[in-house]
Amino acid sequence: MDQKTEIESWGRVLKVPHEVAELHWMPQRLPPREHAHSYLPFGEGRSYGDSCLNDSGLLLKSRKMNRFIAFDTVTGILRCEAGIRLDEILNITISQGWFLPVVPGTQYVTLGGAIANDIHGKNHHVAGTLGCFVKQICVLRSDGLQYLCSPTENRDLFGATIGGLGLTGLILWAEIQMKPVQSSFIDQETIRYSSLDEFFKISKASESTHEYTVAWVDALASGHHLGRGHFIRGNHSQKSGQTKTKGLKVSVPVELPTWVLNQATVHCFNSIYFHRQVKKQQAKHIDYRPFFFPLDSIKNWNRLYGSRGFYQYQVVVPFENDQEPIREILKEVAKSKKASFLAVLKTFGNVPSPGWLSFPRPGVTLALDFPNQGASTLRLFKTLDAIVRRARGALYPAKDATMTAEDFEIYYPRWREFQAWIDPQFSSNFWRRVRPGAEKHG
Amino acid sequence: MAKSVLFGATSAIGIEVAKLMAGQGDELFLVARDPQKLQAVERDLRARGAQVKGSRAIDLRQTEHHLTLFREIQSALGGIDHALIAYGTLSNQKACEQDFTLAAHEIQTNFVSCVSLLTNLANQMEQKRHGVIAVISSVAGDRGRQSNYIYGASKGALSIFLQGLRNRLFQAGVSVLTIKPGFVDTPMTSHLKKNFLFAQPETVALGIVRGMERKKDVIYVPGFWWWVMFIIRSVPEALFKRLKL
Ligand SMILES: Cc1cc2nc3c(=O)[nH]c(=O)nc-3n(C[C@H](O)[C@H](O)[C@H](O)COP(=O)(O)OP(=O)(O)OC[C@H]3O[C@@H](n4cnc5c(N)ncnc54)[C@H](O)[C@@H]3O)c2cc1C
Ligand SMILES: NC(=O)c1ccc[n+]([C@@H]2O[C@H](COP(=O)([O-])OP(=O)(O)OC[C@H]3O[C@@H](n4cnc5c(N)ncnc54)[C@H](OP(=O)(O)O)[C@@H]3O)[C@@H](O)[C@H]2O)c1
Repeated sequence: MDQKTEIESWGRVLKVPHEVAELHWMPQRLPPREHAHSYLPFGEGRSYGDSCLNDSGLLLKSRKMNRFIAFDTVTGILRCEAGIRLDEILNITISQGWFLPVVPGTQYVTLGGAIANDIHGKNHHVAGTLGCFVKQICVLRSDGLQYLCSPTENRDLFGATIGGLGLTGLILWAEIQMKPVQSSFIDQETIRYSSLDEFFKISKASESTHEYTVAWVDALASGHHLGRGHFIRGNHSQKSGQTKTKGLKVSVPVELPTWVLNQATVHCFNSIYFHRQVKKQQAKHIDYRPFFFPLDSIKNWNRLYGSRGFYQYQVVVPFENDQEPIREILKEVAKSKKASFLAVLKTFGNVPSPGWLSFPRPGVTLALDFPNQGASTLRLFKTLDAIVRRARGALYPAKDATMTAEDFEIYYPRWREFQAWIDPQFSSNFWRRVRPGAEKHG
Repeated sequence: MAKSVLFGATSAIGIEVAKLMAGQGDELFLVARDPQKLQAVERDLRARGAQVKGSRAIDLRQTEHHLTLFREIQSALGGIDHALIAYGTLSNQKACEQDFTLAAHEIQTNFVSCVSLLTNLANQMEQKRHGVIAVISSVAGDRGRQSNYIYGASKGALSIFLQGLRNRLFQAGVSVLTIKPGFVDTPMTSHLKKNFLFAQPETVALGIVRGMERKKDVIYVPGFWWWVMFIIRSVPEALFKRLKL
């Protein structure tokens, strides 16, 4: 186990050496940590920045701990090992009429990773985060003990572990409440809208009529067009029906040269995409996969950004001041001309999460991709950071690679409480960045 | 809907085959050594909707218990259509060179105990004139190499035994499949650094189920290993013995 393996996260900016322990079965104790300074769990590595990395540490790869433990098809209570992937869950449960209560934009994440980032989905405005549906988790810590945690048992460790970035111990299994559905189809509507004000109007109107809402934004548009995009909303279809189609799968076999995604190509893509839909509004009855996980049909799409990788910048800002902060951010992004063709805008609701470090809070969230162009990209982030700070917003650790320690303390005021529950033998690059005092040895 | 038995149901490859068989609606009987792992796999399969008719935790090296085991399978399933042998240990070659008891232990696991299971299976299926027997051997059994010849010899012996058995059972309409995987990313190889030659157990399992359906004789999984082993087998011994393999 002394062999080191280079591991990268989804953004591919960092490639970091690790010792790796592949966990095939839920262990009774953590594997021996000979030279490595600390542990960190690792799921599918779908986090963009450095929260799933721990330089020279021992990564606890939990992906092969992927078994169902129990599934009650009457109550919809599902218990699984933490390494199971969301697609593996859905493939079995949807035909029995049960859907995950919250899904992110890709189904290729593990249940443990999803809990550790307390993920949100297109239904945040009504449902809250995944953590709201976790009934129980079992956490193995370096003291060799397994802790059963729930909203009523070991409540502190529960609150620290939901959104706890893998730092409080290894989640062995989790029990969640699934949601009944009639079919595997979604009734989807897409509305082309041309300004930020229009976005907020449609969003407000849709919140009571649609369980799922999100908008794709043309982040290069400016002036009158600032914030223009497609608003996508949907509900689980009431008509029963199942699809078996796997859909077309393409793959990006090698990384593209960095120059391919430049301002001109992205601008072109965005314009075509924006005008693709001729009608202002369009309705469709579609399978849940293209609705929730459109990018999953392109394997390894992160290689599109070339060898230097890319960043994602995801922010939430409260609804106030006539949405000025989000407008300012979009203006800065458009002005910077830093190509970003995946930009997503969505409103969060006010359902509280049990997780202490949970990211979502009432307001509007914007997620933007930026190819890594070195210092100039980081300079743009500094400008954006200042806007977020002023607006009393926050950045999302699952996507983050640049947040400063000062900002972290402001965005996550419960960090001090959280810190007391970190397993003394766990650490991560993210944690050492936002808590520079944190030692590698815990 | 076949009645299928898996010996080594908790091996990474065995688990994936079990999932596929469960998906086809097979009635399953699971045999494995570790009761806890067996329980985990059984629960997983049940949650997926599998019909697990029975299971038994047993150290399969103990051939004296095989008859009782087969009786138990008979009463749970009422017959066997498909059987897969999917257990084994990757021997510590250096230790085996120093200690014959260890070598014998490995040969008992990877070859002798399989012969006992196969004898039972063959007699039963020959009489019924029906059935498919599939056994995981290895590319390592195709040629002896200094780094791995105790394991290789056991698997090689297994492959030759299966050739003979296939020849015998052909008349009875019973098919015998020899499966030769290359490197697979499983607990057995967790100490090895992974490279592009490693296949996932899911891929290997698909190959196995397809091979059983099509009543194949010998399969290499993934298929490119046929070419690799073709080349390795054709190196003249005078040269081969000088290589550091
Ligand atoms: C295309 C795409 C779309 C996305 N869309 C969304 C979205 O809509 N909403 C959203 O919230 N997120 C979204 N994400 C982010 C993603 O959901 C999270 O990063 C998720 O946590 C990744 O899960 P993973 O299994 O890959 O975990 P990893 O990235 O491997 O790990 C994430 C964290 O979980 C910890 N961890 C992993 N396993 C365990 C365990 N067993 N026990 C304890 N800790 C563990 C790790 O230590 C790490 O801190 C998206 C990501 C991509 C690539
Ligand atoms: N992985 C490879 O690269 C590779 C290549 C070629 C062939 N194979 C063959 O593939 C088969 C499956 O192995 P795998 O790769 O899936 O590895 P694995 O997951 O480690 O499975 C090996 C299994 O064999 C079981 N076993 C060992 N001794 C046993 C005994 N005496 N009685 C009962 N069960 C016993 C083990 O049980 P415990 O869990 O209780 O130890 C384990 O479940 C083996 O025959 C192996 O030789 C593997």
